[in-house]
Amino acid sequence: MAKVSKKKVSRKSLKKSSKGTEKIAEVKPDVVYDDDGDDDEEDLYNADENITSEEDEDGEDERKRHKLLEAISAIGGKRKKKLGERSEAAVQMSEFTVNAEGEGDKVDLSDLIGTMEKTSAVPAKAKKQLKNLQRSTKTIECPLSKQESQRIQRDVAFQKAATEVTRWKGIIRQNQRAEQLVFPLNQEPSGPKPMERVVSGWKAQTPLEQEIFALLSANKQPFHDPVLTPTEEASMRAMSLEEAKIRRAELQKARALQSYYEAKARRERKIKSKKYHRVQNKAKRKDFVKQFDEMVRSDPAAALEELSKMELSRMQERMSLKHQNSGKWAKSKAIMAKYDEGARQAMQQQLEVNKELTQKLVTSLNDKEEEEEEEEEEAGDAEVLPDFVNDAERGLDSSNPWMRGKLSEEPAEKETTDTVVLRAEGPGAGGNPAVEEEEEEEEEVEETEEEVLLREFDSRRKLRQAQETDVVASADAGEENAAADDPGASDKEEEELSEFTSLLRGMADSRREAEAEKAEAAADASHADASARLEEGLMRIRTLEDVELLRQEEPTADEAPDQPQQPPATENLAPATQKAGKNRKRKRGIELKEVLTKEAKVIQVPLAPTVEDAEDPDEKPDQRGLIREAFAGDDVVSDFLKDKRKQEDAGRPKVVDLTLPGWGEWGGTNLKPSRNKHRRFRIKTAPPPRRKDQHLPSVIVSEKRNSAISLHQVNSLPFPFQNHAQFESTIRSPLGRTWNTEQTVKKMSKPKVVTQLGAIIEPMAREELMKDKKQASPGNTSTLDSRKRKH
Amino acid sequence: MKVKVLSRNPDDYVRETKLDIQRVPRNYDPALHPFEVSREYTRALNATKLERVFAKPFLASLDGHRDGVNCMAKHTRNLSTLLSGSCDGEVKLWNLTKRECVRTLQAHEGFVRGMVVRYCGTSFFTVGDDKTIKQWKMEAPGYGEEEEPLNTILGKTVFTGLDHHQKDAVFATCGQQVDIWDEQRSSPIRSFTWGVDSFSSVRFNPVETELLASCASDRSIVLYDMRESAPLKKVIMTMRSNTLCWNPMEAYYFTCSNEDYNLYTYDMRYLDRPVTVHMDHVSAVLDVDYSPTGKEFVSASFDKTIRIFPKDSGHSREVYHTKRMQHVICIKWSSDNKYILSGSDEMNIRLWKANAAEKLGVLAPRERQAANYSQKLKEKFQHHPQIRRIAHHRHLPKNIYHQTKELRVMKEARRRKERNVRKHSKPGSVPVVSEKEKHVVTVVK
Repeated sequence: MAKVSKKKVSRKSLKKSSKGTEKIAEVKPDVVYDDDGDDDEEDLYNADENITSEEDEDGEDERKRHKLLEAISAIGGKRKKKLGERSEAAVQMSEFTVNAEGEGDKVDLSDLIGTMEKTSAVPAKAKKQLKNLQRSTKTIECPLSKQESQRIQRDVAFQKAATEVTRWKGIIRQNQRAEQLVFPLNQEPSGPKPMERVVSGWKAQTPLEQEIFALLSANKQPFHDPVLTPTEEASMRAMSLEEAKIRRAELQKARALQSYYEAKARRERKIKSKKYHRVQNKAKRKDFVKQFDEMVRSDPAAALEELSKMELSRMQERMSLKHQNSGKWAKSKAIMAKYDEGARQAMQQQLEVNKELTQKLVTSLNDKEEEEEEEEEEAGDAEVLPDFVNDAERGLDSSNPWMRGKLSEEPAEKETTDTVVLRAEGPGAGGNPAVEEEEEEEEEVEETEEEVLLREFDSRRKLRQAQETDVVASADAGEENAAADDPGASDKEEEELSEFTSLLRGMADSRREAEAEKAEAAADASHADASARLEEGLMRIRTLEDVELLRQEEPTADEAPDQPQQPPATENLAPATQKAGKNRKRKRGIELKEVLTKEAKVIQVPLAPTVEDAEDPDEKPDQRGLIREAFAGDDVVSDFLKDKRKQEDAGRPKVVDLTLPGWGEWGGTNLKPSRNKHRRFRIKTAPPPRRKDQHLPSVIVSEKRNSAISLHQVNSLPFPFQNHAQFESTIRSPLGRTWNTEQTVKKMSKPKVVTQLGAIIEPMAREELMKDKKQASPGNTSTLDSRKRKH
Repeated sequence: MKVKVLSRNPDDYVRETKLDIQRVPRNYDPALHPFEVSREYTRALNATKLERVFAKPFLASLDGHRDGVNCMAKHTRNLSTLLSGSCDGEVKLWNLTKRECVRTLQAHEGFVRGMVVRYCGTSFFTVGDDKTIKQWKMEAPGYGEEEEPLNTILGKTVFTGLDHHQKDAVFATCGQQVDIWDEQRSSPIRSFTWGVDSFSSVRFNPVETELLASCASDRSIVLYDMRESAPLKKVIMTMRSNTLCWNPMEAYYFTCSNEDYNLYTYDMRYLDRPVTVHMDHVSAVLDVDYSPTGKEFVSASFDKTIRIFPKDSGHSREVYHTKRMQHVICIKWSSDNKYILSGSDEMNIRLWKANAAEKLGVLAPRERQAANYSQKLKEKFQHHPQIRRIAHHRHLPKNIYHQTKELRVMKEARRRKERNVRKHSKPGSVPVVSEKEKHVVTVVK
């Protein structure tokens, strides 16, 4: 009998093979193999029947024996669960070397794989697996029905689709909450764009542009999409959160490792045992030798280097006093040596080491030393180089004052450069010829010179300040003296300064003119001058300062060989400078008298007689009196009071008199109902609650419901609001431009959805999702970026 | 004698050029501008009234078809082109700016059931009652050339609906089953069946482009994934859905138009109850289309009206109708979010404004500001009864008005009865079923 779960193919082959035997031919029509799995059980049943019929024919005794065996096994108590099995028609066939000993006997797996044991071609692993299979008694579970499996398939697919779709959740929510959505979504941001983006093939053409770009590129300043310099970008990158975290983690790890290492080293150092250290050292040395040997084999260059290093260390050892027997230990040993053998030996050893070290190597060293020297030189270079690089870097950085907080450096430098230029242009101005020569030299030298100059200027400035105070004290008297004192000052200013002098002269002239002529004309002239040179204002001031600075240089100038002097210029200059100083002070506030020197003409207009004129100017118009006078006719206050009283009266309950004359009394004319009756039939209602405006004299509070207004009022809390306060607050704040500034109005009246006229709005694209993800991860940096751009 | 003269700095009030607007000094001290709420209320009321005055949504009627308009398709790349197919198998291309037909072609024998423009806009597909799928060029044939389809596929059964993939050369049809076709092949690359033999509409998800949904005649809506071999899920409702439309901005929402006068917005992940039930129609809803912004959708109904619903509101914000418009069969929202196109039984295509009171064309900046401001005012005071009344008032045809009333009465009666039943039965035995849950029969996995 074969197992049920056999494939159709095998069945067919079996069928084919069974054609020969008659019995099977008889059976054949009974066996129906349905394609559908649903009918499998039915099939099985049929097959079982077949088997029984077949067996009947074959051999009674065999069957009996089989039954007997089964019965015995049943008695044993351990009844095997009967599996769904059926017999096979081709039991007797031995096509696959199946050893069917008895007809109708169960074909065991062991029968099938019996031959396999003998064949060596089958791997052991497969054999083992088969054995395991043989041992296991479980059957393979029935495959799920088609419906079931499809259902599972659908469920899985749906879950997949659902998770895929759920990725949009963030974007959808974001869009739902957005204050304004602009469609189409993937529009380019409006607003001014950098010029480089608009004009693709743009090039620096004019010399000025070229110069600027050369400067920018030299200083590594960005000129494409001008946002950040490389250094700034680097700093930005350093600020990214993830990187910072990773970096910190790394640092922490390194620190921890270091601390472990240190702790270990400390522990080892604390070990006092000499033997331990000796062993340790020995081991180290051995290790080193081994390594060195290996290195010699593998990497001779590195080995050579190592060798030279060793040599170096040896030399250092030689130079040091380590093994000179001059240490504390050596001294103590020397004392002990007399008595102690060990100490003596130690001393000996030490001496040997010393000898070994101090021995001079003659042959090989000569070359090496040279090499070493070279190396040392190189090393020296290397040492120098970083400094140089650093200097250069510093220079680079300082070119970008925003990266460093040093702003003060630059102007100073500029000044110095200015002065240098000045000197260069005016060679005889008092600069030493040596200085000129130096200027022709390298930059470094120049820089140092500049520094010297800077220092000089500083000192001079201080001096000048002191002098100025002196000058103020001595006042005008010193004018002439000063002029005489600084003849050298005139030397310094030449071509460039000629402008300045002319200006000063002009100003001085104008002064003189002002003294001589009317002030008006002078003012005009000064105005004209000022306007003429307005563009060069900054330059001028600088040169002015320079002049003053240079004046301090006078003694040095005197030392220098004489130069052709210009006495008239100096004469003018000296007072001019001082006056200029005064002018500057004066410039701070425009004095009306200075500007409008002519007295304003008093215009006399015949005025029509007005009320104010008629009144005394001293008498203050009384506001109340005025109002009283104006509204003499209507007395608002009393009207209001009357109104209020009327309202109060209206609100008061009225006494209802229900007395009817003639009832229970005599009737007739001129008869009054009795007081008793009055009392009985007058009905007084309870007094109403107090009016709210009882204690408010100038207010009437009406508590009546005004139907005209209530028509416009909201009478129940609208849906999204939780309480009245919320709703009222939304109503209270006005939106219009009467109450709000233009910008606020614009912001508040932003429409929720903005569409572009004539633009097709595409459905949301997958890229949006990617964009969102990107934004989500480096959100920190992007905000930083935007902040940076704002500045 | 002292003369006081007013002196002002001209810089404060003179404009630099005459193109600048006049500088108006303002003092925003609230004490100087009292009664802000009442003043704004008046403005809001006026704005609301003006909105109703200017609400003239009907723009044009495109006539030319000789039978009812059965389907329409928007051009994917061109705003001014519209395609429409009628019940006699004719397809017309319209130029919306000129409001005229630019091309007519006899596409099918019998109804044109579905039509869709390829994503590139160079060709379009039609399916008809003659069991064929035809692909046509968008350009008209040259002089003397015959009008012939680029491609014709003969199917075994009638196709009732058609939709094209957003980006790939793949389209889907529905009929007896939902088929996915490659444009290059004459047999479907995939067919989905799930015990139903008649589908009325199939739509691709425009965002997650591999997903589809279809409405079947067994009152179910079935979801598919193009990449899977089996459908995903299906929900069976109390009545049949006619069409559905995916939200183009929110990947997992779709809205279906149902025979029970309502529309249902579903989250495709949770089919057991709709997110929103949109009521207001008084007859079967035949078609639905989302605005390209995904904020609103428009529905066409058998009750001869078009309604515009905000996507999360249960009731419509707008209803369009005309005297002559019959049952509206198909509807489209133009892809610039400005217009609505409706095709109806009486052979006309109508062009409507999506915002009835909106001024068309370019607005001057101040005009736009004023419009924005009044819009905000209307929003702010929308709960005030007068404004609410005016804003919500719509004139309706008599029969629709009465039918609405009748439906309301019926609904109230049903509600009352249910309440009474609940009152007189054992507590808990008659559970409260929400409106959303009422319409879903079951979800089949």
